Amino acid sequence: MKFGVIRFPGSNCDQDAYFVVRDVLKQPVDYIWHQETSVKGYDCIILPGGFSYGDYLRTGAIARFSPVMSATQEFAERGGLVIGICNGFQVLCEAHLLPGALIRNVGLKFRCRQVQLRVDNADTPWTCATTEGQVLTIPIAHGEGCYVADADTLAALQANRQIVFRYCDESGVPDLAANPNGSMLNIAGVCNPTFNVLGMMPHPERASESILGSADGRRIFESVLQSVQQTGGFVPAH
Amino acid sequence: MPQVKVFITLKPTLLDAQGRVIENALGALGYDNVKQVRMGKYIEMEVQGDTPRVEREVREMCDRLLANPVIEDYRFEVVE
Repeated sequence: MKFGVIRFPGSNCDQDAYFVVRDVLKQPVDYIWHQETSVKGYDCIILPGGFSYGDYLRTGAIARFSPVMSATQEFAERGGLVIGICNGFQVLCEAHLLPGALIRNVGLKFRCRQVQLRVDNADTPWTCATTEGQVLTIPIAHGEGCYVADADTLAALQANRQIVFRYCDESGVPDLAANPNGSMLNIAGVCNPTFNVLGMMPHPERASESILGSADGRRIFESVLQSVQQTGGFVPAH
Repeated sequence: MPQVKVFITLKPTLLDAQGRVIENALGALGYDNVKQVRMGKYIEMEVQGDTPRVEREVREMCDRLLANPVIEDYRFEVVE
């Protein structure tokens, strides 16, 4: 299974994502420069964390118009697997591949610490190696991770089970005290209606080996492998 | 050349965390008569063309890039 890690000017978690795919998952992986016009040949595209274009105007607002994003959009619309982590999540929201938006954390602090996530839907390509209600420990590191959407969008997310991860306490309760940034409904990660696109603020690539304090993030990458093995993978027509 | 002034604000339904902190800071300075501080963005630009064209294009620019309609409202002025 071949992964591609997109590099925008200002991406800074690209090497971590690349390392996890190559050295932990033992899968082929390439960097994809933002000026590329094709994502042909990849099974999964990773939009890494960082500060693409310096977060100018709004987080992700400039990156979404990169040439590689047109190709990624087309890839996603045909069912290709795309995950946006942190800044990558912000880019996917700006590109309308995911609903909602991410704004400044309530309290304005840059939050950088381990958090607990409740798996709300284990029936996705990103969570099939987990169980519903499982609590994962994965770090966050962001200043603008407060997920917002209008009431209709939130209702649709709930009805379609598109909310994949929520911030919770150690026993899995997604209460206010466990919410690090003010996100509506404690949302930490959402999918598109067809579940092939995931955005999440926490960094699974920083929690894929136990020496880093948690290997729970690895479950997300292993889910992708498992889902592709089970379904025979997704081969978009180019 | 027409000068355009664009004002972008967070939707009133969303909590403006920055606005709230500014309000608290003003309160700490003794201005306890200040309420409902909201912080936005201001963009100035010169855009060539007659006013109807400039208005049409700036609206398009706001919808596509300058503002995010999910979280922001905008208004603009065209000054000849």
